[in-house]
Amino acid sequence: MTEQTAQNTQDQGPETGPGGASREGTAIGERAAVHAQRTGRQRRAILDPEILWPAVTDSFRKLKPTTLIANPVIFIVEVVSVVTTLLFVRDVFLVGGDPLFVGLVSFWLWFTVLFANFAEAVAEGRGKAQADTLRATRKQTTATRRLPDGTLEQTTSTALEVGDVVVVAAGEVIPSDGDVIEGIASVDESAITGESAPVIREAGGDRSAVTGGTRVLSDAIVVQISARPGETFLDRMIALVEGAERQKTPNELALTILLSGLTLIFLLATATLQPFAIYSGATGDKVISLTILLALLVCLIPTTIGGLLSAIGIAGMDRLVQRNVLAMSGRAVEAAGDVSTLLLDKTGTITYGNRQAVELIPMYGISVERLAEVARMSSLADETPEGKSIVALAEGVYGARSQEVPEGSEFIPFSAQTRMSGVDFDASSIRKGAADSVRQWIDEQGGEIPAGMDQTIDSIARDGGTPLVVAEGREVLGVVHLKDVIKEGMVERFGELRAMGIRTVMITGDNPVTASAIAEEAGVDDYLAEATPEDKMRLIRREQEGGKLVAMTGDGTNDAPALAQADVGVAMNSGTQAAKEAANMVDLDSDPTKLIDVVEIGKQMLMTRGSLTTFSIANDIAKYFAIIPAMFVGVFPALDALNLMRLESPVSAILSAVVFNALVIILLIPLALRGVSFRALPAAQVLRRNLFVYGIGGIVAPFIGIKLIDVVITALGIS
Amino acid sequence: MSLGSWVQLTVLVAMLAVSTPLLGTYMAKVFGGVKAPGDRVFAPIERGIYRLCGIDPEGEQRWRAYATSVVAFSAVCVLGLFLLQRVQAWLPLNPDDLPNVPSFLAFNTAVSFVTNTNWQNYSGESTMTHLTQMAGLAVQNFVSAAVGIAVAVALVRGLTRRRAGTIGNFWVDLTRATLRLLVPIALVGALTLVGLGLIQNFSGFTEVATVEGATQQIPGGPVASQEVIKLLGTNGGGFFNGNSSHPFENPNPTTNILEIWLMLCIPFALTWTYGRLAGDLRQGLAVLGAMVVLWVSAAGLTMWMEGRSNPRLEGTAVTQVRTDTATGGNMEGKESRFGPPGSGLFATTATGTSTGAVNAMHDSFTPLGGMVPLVNMMLGEVSPGGVGSGLYGMLVFAILAVFVAGLMVGRTPEYLGKKIEAGEVKLVVLYILIVPVVVLVFAGISVLLGTARASILNPGPHGLSEVVYAYTSAANNNGSAFAGLTGGTDWYNITLGLAMLFGRFLLIVPVLAIAGAVAQKNHTPMSLGTFPTGTPTFTGLLVAIVLIVVGLTYIPVLALGPIVESLVA
Repeated sequence: MTEQTAQNTQDQGPETGPGGASREGTAIGERAAVHAQRTGRQRRAILDPEILWPAVTDSFRKLKPTTLIANPVIFIVEVVSVVTTLLFVRDVFLVGGDPLFVGLVSFWLWFTVLFANFAEAVAEGRGKAQADTLRATRKQTTATRRLPDGTLEQTTSTALEVGDVVVVAAGEVIPSDGDVIEGIASVDESAITGESAPVIREAGGDRSAVTGGTRVLSDAIVVQISARPGETFLDRMIALVEGAERQKTPNELALTILLSGLTLIFLLATATLQPFAIYSGATGDKVISLTILLALLVCLIPTTIGGLLSAIGIAGMDRLVQRNVLAMSGRAVEAAGDVSTLLLDKTGTITYGNRQAVELIPMYGISVERLAEVARMSSLADETPEGKSIVALAEGVYGARSQEVPEGSEFIPFSAQTRMSGVDFDASSIRKGAADSVRQWIDEQGGEIPAGMDQTIDSIARDGGTPLVVAEGREVLGVVHLKDVIKEGMVERFGELRAMGIRTVMITGDNPVTASAIAEEAGVDDYLAEATPEDKMRLIRREQEGGKLVAMTGDGTNDAPALAQADVGVAMNSGTQAAKEAANMVDLDSDPTKLIDVVEIGKQMLMTRGSLTTFSIANDIAKYFAIIPAMFVGVFPALDALNLMRLESPVSAILSAVVFNALVIILLIPLALRGVSFRALPAAQVLRRNLFVYGIGGIVAPFIGIKLIDVVITALGIS
Repeated sequence: MSLGSWVQLTVLVAMLAVSTPLLGTYMAKVFGGVKAPGDRVFAPIERGIYRLCGIDPEGEQRWRAYATSVVAFSAVCVLGLFLLQRVQAWLPLNPDDLPNVPSFLAFNTAVSFVTNTNWQNYSGESTMTHLTQMAGLAVQNFVSAAVGIAVAVALVRGLTRRRAGTIGNFWVDLTRATLRLLVPIALVGALTLVGLGLIQNFSGFTEVATVEGATQQIPGGPVASQEVIKLLGTNGGGFFNGNSSHPFENPNPTTNILEIWLMLCIPFALTWTYGRLAGDLRQGLAVLGAMVVLWVSAAGLTMWMEGRSNPRLEGTAVTQVRTDTATGGNMEGKESRFGPPGSGLFATTATGTSTGAVNAMHDSFTPLGGMVPLVNMMLGEVSPGGVGSGLYGMLVFAILAVFVAGLMVGRTPEYLGKKIEAGEVKLVVLYILIVPVVVLVFAGISVLLGTARASILNPGPHGLSEVVYAYTSAANNNGSAFAGLTGGTDWYNITLGLAMLFGRFLLIVPVLAIAGAVAQKNHTPMSLGTFPTGTPTFTGLLVAIVLIVVGLTYIPVLALGPIVESLVA
């Protein structure tokens, strides 16, 4: 963790707090809403009219068989729709045909295909809308190129090659991605991150990366271009949110295979039904028509999940985008759900990044008020967060305020040599600093170290805190307890993660004693103290050897190898190019805490897929009870006993099943896009809950739905 | 269910409750690679066999080699058994001078016994010589069962090993399963059965004068030795045409219960073995639970339905209620010494275990009572299934269940810590697809084909049940015959033979491929986020998946067969 991000996240910290506090079972959606409010970006409704209309046209465009074949289940429905349309045309001209029934079946089968296409189009539409906004940012800009001989020339952003050096002045747009090599500037990155507060970018260090399309607000910087034209971060971002390079993720692929297999089984079951029917006497005027067999086929094959599968995947990516996280592939989102170990940097992720004074402990015989006065005075000129926190503590908790620093006093700033800071008055001087330094200072003046100081210091260190000794003149007054403050709500979140079976490991540069104390307080499962990048890498490898998937965040160049090795590596947008290249996700808000949300979004996406698959398969039971009696009641009137729903007539039974089958897709689009409700619970409880809702619900729902449609159809007089 | 049903079921469950842990633990030791009880006796014999056959017992096989060994071994067995039947007339132990078996029938029978199906298109006592029965059929009863166990054990190894290339050695598994498991139990079992009244001799037909003065041909033969392995190995091929309804094969209710136990003991115990080898007994218990639920429900349903009276016979002189001299219920086609409880329990066990033995005429069961054995087979032999095949079949369903529902907990589905990905799903889909394809396509052709239709003895829905039953039985390697279908024609000899071959090897190969694929994978440690597979919830899910997948495949044809028949009646 670098200073920069530490600073950043500290600023954001209190705001993340409410989102993280009192979160017992808070849904991701709500958290996203809080986030959207914060970033000031408009959160699109699940079904936004601006997206719906283009999606309607898109669903027709997606009828193209060559595109549709990627989705075997829906492709079969399209083929069947074509066949039933031909049968309809035949029946229109055929005496004794049943054009109304065949026509209606055909109509609804087409709708089944269109609804499935629509689901995908809506999911894509959300990304497309965002891509359009981004594209507006990408519009060609001019750039001032500095040639090796120092001369400047005007060129366009698209003409820039890797290694070119450009000068960007205040008010200008940075033409392409690169690293600042000279100067410092405040940059408005809202075009990419949605965050309106400007950020500082300067040469050298871990905040040198700038992104094309962002605007320099003050000063001027010299940037060395690091991206080829068309391959900038913005370009990749557009491609990602648009889903142009979307490939099936591993789980999606496996699910497609299963769905294709089920489709084959049902194809077989329906195809062989005709011989059995003929054997059973369904010949002549009782013959089972092709339309009915095809209707049965479409009702049985898993059209619901088949139609929604890709929408679920796109929506999962989109949910991340809404949270300002860019996943470089769907595979990464899926892997996020599988993560079993989270590596979290202590500073900025678990704690607020800076130590804060939490307690003043006076030495024997010293009043706490006096200690507070002196501690406050020693820090008045101290601009570090630690110093500010001492002043705040002394004033807020201990009521110190009275004394002003006398005129003519001299402030002694902190230096690496003395490891103390303080103030010199005429009469005496005040120092605060590390125990050893203060001890030496007291010794030099011939003072005495009070009994109990060492004990106090040791006990603070054991608690993971940092002791600062405060002395006035030759007298030690007491000790300030500085400690890392755990971000609000983190303890609960770690509890939730543990409930989900995810292990959290805190990474810190602190010594083991401090690390262990903070780890215990924060409630993480393990910690890696005095961590070097190599240690981090070793830890990741060890976890992976043990079959675990590891997620981590990072921003520095030295994080890059670990980010690449981790199964889910989230780079901070404020980080270096190297880190961003190595990671498979980039968090535009540079909020490392968001890693936890990423994991939850990944899980939610997988849950949605599983739940809708279960629902889809469970639906078939009712459809059999609708169609089988309807099919054979002519041959075997006794089979009407299986007509559990007491559907009005064979025609209405079959139509109802087909209509239900189509409508259920459209009704489930919001669920597919939003994701099933997510609660941080152990897998066993999640399973029981989802099995009940989507398994049992999947069996019961169509019985009710088909019956209702049957009532409507009967009322319309179609049967 | 009647009191008799409850008593029989309870006795059986008690016997299984004792045998499952004992036998399961023993098998875990036999196949776990560690020291096993009886090493002092068996180890030298095994070493002898390995040396004789040139087997390196330490040489582990990758899944392809394992599968090749299974298929090659079985192919040699089919060929050998075929030839034996074709020359039996000229060989010894042929007291009744039986002729050679016709070639199509010999093919069907060879395939039938090697695939552990034991579909019999012949009448045992009048077709097979004692030599063919003992050196051919009985040997296959042992080794075909051992093959099933070997494949199951290989799958369990694949699931439990980490980053391994191999899944064991087929020849070693085959030898150990036969020598350490089947032979000892068969030996004790056969002696027990002889003690309870089964015959064991080398006689041919004995002509006797009956009390009424007529003459009767009484068959003889080495029955007990064949009977025990027929059941223990879930083979089902009877020595006599009457199978276990014949008094020499199954003389009394005690032997009946013992025979039912013999069918169930290994399939149930293998789940215990699985739990032990997986290092988590609950994994085995969850699978066992699913098998028990399916088996008990099937048995209970049939016993109950057969115990009720036949509505068609009401108002006739037939007594269908229980009296001092009659058990009551639907007694048509049942032995009076077994009655509806003993017959229903036997029928559902024999169909649920892929044994296919019969002690009653399933054709004469009530429509729904007869549908249960049919559905039992359609389930793919997992209630509890054949020796080995039951476990691997159920594990494939478990993988499917994990995949369908596992995503619901928000992780890539895992079974025993092994990620279930596209490769495994493909193989699972192949596994569940093969049998329905074979059954529905062959049955579909048979009901339309004139020559095949001619074999159907009963018209209408019942005839459809007969045909579907035959192919279901063959493709699921059960061998149970519904009767009412003349199976001995060329069409049925060939197509049923093919159905048996496809149903055996086109399933074993994907199973071994799954074993090989998951063996290579790393193991994800269990955590609270892991989809739990050792719980009652999973048992329930597994049962639901089996019923739904099978139900959705076969409901249409069931509706036109037994269901409509029961509704019409």
